[in-house]
Amino acid sequence: MDSNSLEKRIELKAPVSRVWQALTDYREFGEWFLVKLENPFVPGRPSRGQLLYPGYEHLVMEIVVQKIEPERLFSYTWHPYAIDPKVDYSQESPTLVEFILEKTATGTLLVVRETGFDKLPASRRDEAFRKNSGGWEQQLVNIERYVQKTS
Amino acid sequence: MSRRLRNRSVGGRTPARIFAALGDKTRLGLVAELSTGQPRSISQLTRGSRLSRQAITKHLRVLEKAEIVHSARAGRESRFELDPRPIDELKQYLEVVSKQWDQALARLKRFVEE
Repeated sequence: MDSNSLEKRIELKAPVSRVWQALTDYREFGEWFLVKLENPFVPGRPSRGQLLYPGYEHLVMEIVVQKIEPERLFSYTWHPYAIDPKVDYSQESPTLVEFILEKTATGTLLVVRETGFDKLPASRRDEAFRKNSGGWEQQLVNIERYVQKTS
Repeated sequence: MSRRLRNRSVGGRTPARIFAALGDKTRLGLVAELSTGQPRSISQLTRGSRLSRQAITKHLRVLEKAEIVHSARAGRESRFELDPRPIDELKQYLEVVSKQWDQALARLKRFVEE
């Protein structure tokens, strides 16, 4: 696992059209994601609803739909794992979640990518990242290693 | 996230804040230098750098605000010490997000394959 993004790949024994529907129909999405969403997915628009995940039912989840490219790409932004009631997550940069579909001999390959955990406040994001030119990630790995060693 | 939560007080360290504090070469250098576990004064930390004492102090304050370092008075000077917990929390946070995806995708698999 890379330090500032997540990627998952899963083979599904179902046609691309079936997977696409399960991802982009807000009711079907809610069925497996365990959330009772109130609005259909429209690019640029938010969709929110109560989580149904055991232990998290007191929370409302909100996504902002980004792209809907039929049977190929579905993406949204959100605040992942926003469960601490003391924290105001709206002040922070959201992460981007992308679902990428690909037809295979047996069904569908689904790639889920979540990026942007390392987003800085927009005002200084670009500068800091240009300066770091990739070294940041390695540094974080080093720090993690140090923490593992000492904890 | 929810409107209900949105107006609560801003405070505490969050993954994004820790990530942001670490997203700077100078600060990562300071963290690396403090990662030996030895507390260091601003003078000591400035000696190993090309930056001014004032600039180093500014970066230390950012790290302090994110609770990545703590300072304590030792005689006439402040000494800075690394707190490994925020960075550890960051790692745990990514692991939780990763596990949640694994579970959600397992449910999606059952949902589309049934």
